[in-house]
Amino acid sequence: MTQFLQALVNGVSLASIYALIALGFVIIYKSMQVLNFAQPALLLLGGYWVLYFATVWGWAFPLAIVVGALFAAATGVIVERTTLRPMVGKPVFAVAILTIGLNTVISVIALDLMGVEIRQMGDPWGFGFVEFGGLNIAHRQIAAIVAVAVLVGLLLAFFKYSRLGLAMRATAFDQEVALTQGVSVSTVFALSWAIAAVLAMFGGVFLGSGVGFERSAAVTALKALPVVVVGGLDSIAGAIVGALLVAVSETLAATYQPEYAPFLGKGFSQLVPYVVMLLVLLFKPYGLFGTKEIERV
Amino acid sequence: MLALKNVEVVYSDVILVLRGISLEVPDGKIVALLGANGAGKSTTLRAISGLLDVHRGDLTKGQITLDEHRIDHLPPAKVVKLGIGQALEGRRILAELTVEENLRLGAHTARKTLDVNLARVYELFPQLKERPRFTAGYLSGGQQQMLAIGRALMSSPRFLLLDEPSLGLAPLLVQQIRDIIVEINRQGTGVLLVEQNATMALSIAHHGYIMETGKIVMDKPARELLDDEDVREFYLGLSSEGSKSFAEVKHYRRKKRWLS
Repeated sequence: MTQFLQALVNGVSLASIYALIALGFVIIYKSMQVLNFAQPALLLLGGYWVLYFATVWGWAFPLAIVVGALFAAATGVIVERTTLRPMVGKPVFAVAILTIGLNTVISVIALDLMGVEIRQMGDPWGFGFVEFGGLNIAHRQIAAIVAVAVLVGLLLAFFKYSRLGLAMRATAFDQEVALTQGVSVSTVFALSWAIAAVLAMFGGVFLGSGVGFERSAAVTALKALPVVVVGGLDSIAGAIVGALLVAVSETLAATYQPEYAPFLGKGFSQLVPYVVMLLVLLFKPYGLFGTKEIERV
Repeated sequence: MLALKNVEVVYSDVILVLRGISLEVPDGKIVALLGANGAGKSTTLRAISGLLDVHRGDLTKGQITLDEHRIDHLPPAKVVKLGIGQALEGRRILAELTVEENLRLGAHTARKTLDVNLARVYELFPQLKERPRFTAGYLSGGQQQMLAIGRALMSSPRFLLLDEPSLGLAPLLVQQIRDIIVEINRQGTGVLLVEQNATMALSIAHHGYIMETGKIVMDKPARELLDDEDVREFYLGLSSEGSKSFAEVKHYRRKKRWLS
């Protein structure tokens, strides 16, 4: 039982990181129907800014986060302005391939800055943990869960109550109507990239806290893809539920598979997100919460 | 005064839709723009509000001016800020959002006057006031049209562009929408009314334009249009001799296809 609960806790904390990356993906998809495969690169670069400010310049961690978020947002806006703006109205495929290229370019820059060794994030949590009914819950896990809950809450409030959030929802729903109401759609596009980049940065921070930040973070970030596919490309709730489903099944597999199904080999848990994605797609091709596209052929 | 001069619009670089049209909407007047399907009425509105880009259209000749300042080629947000509001054809409300959120969106460019405008819209449309948190997609067709007009009013426009507000509404609701347009106009807003329902449009308009295949073919005060022989016959479905038999208008030659 303890083992199960432990796996669950680990799963939820992993889910919070997946959710951050997936949310960025969903927000960009909703506002401009672009599949953004550059999320992992944004995570690397965002994580690097924070790491750099916190360890190389020795700033207080919260300050490093705030300035890092500003840098991440600027990165998002610059990327959108320079590479995606000219692609407005182009086929979805072309834009998706473009973001794969972007992912490569930004990753190369980020990795060149980071170097090959594992870098400490400079976070205050380290390896500390609390014991609770036989469970070991790391401080960084708690921090990740709390931070994601707060971020998601802020995001939802932003969409619900703020003028720009409303403009973003309107643009997602019907771009032409948003235009007639005086919404600047280009601002909405830029804003959605900024938000996605900041969320990816937070993903990087929590991936790297304690254990250290290195290039393999991009591989973990890539699992946001099964998450959004499971949840539905255009659903914020879907991103969160998908993250929970994928991450919990991954940690459960990591806990039990070596014992009960050793024939599947080592590291099978890494595959689990994709297996979940496959299963969901077989039965719900639009994801659990995705909008069905009704199209006359 | 909102004015179009010799405006020519081309879609996808090849399809000439507006062939040099000119029209004027004076402050505080209702101007009706009539015409059959595909005459270019909606395109005219798009040219004014800057929405041509969305449809791969391009204004190739002529100019659109608001008080002598050119507003063609301005982004739609600027046009709204200058005081031109639009309710698109087919209502196009944001179905997933609530009534009040739809209205708040309309005030995107006029944040400071949000409360005043909201009160004004609720006064014009008491039915919307009863259910601000209602999901807009579940409103009835008439209420959705009211919401669309109300949303366009939230930016306190000087000119309101209405595209087929009577589309798909029951006659009684058309009456109601008609009265509302008159009331909006009475409060000082100029209206450019695009309609297929010519009877309704001409009954409230000060001036009327008739479009056919991208050209303005008639331009007269609404009262004169109502009395015009051709307009009565082709747009109002009336003629001096009462209703005609269509057999006299068009007659088809019979052919024995199966033998020839």
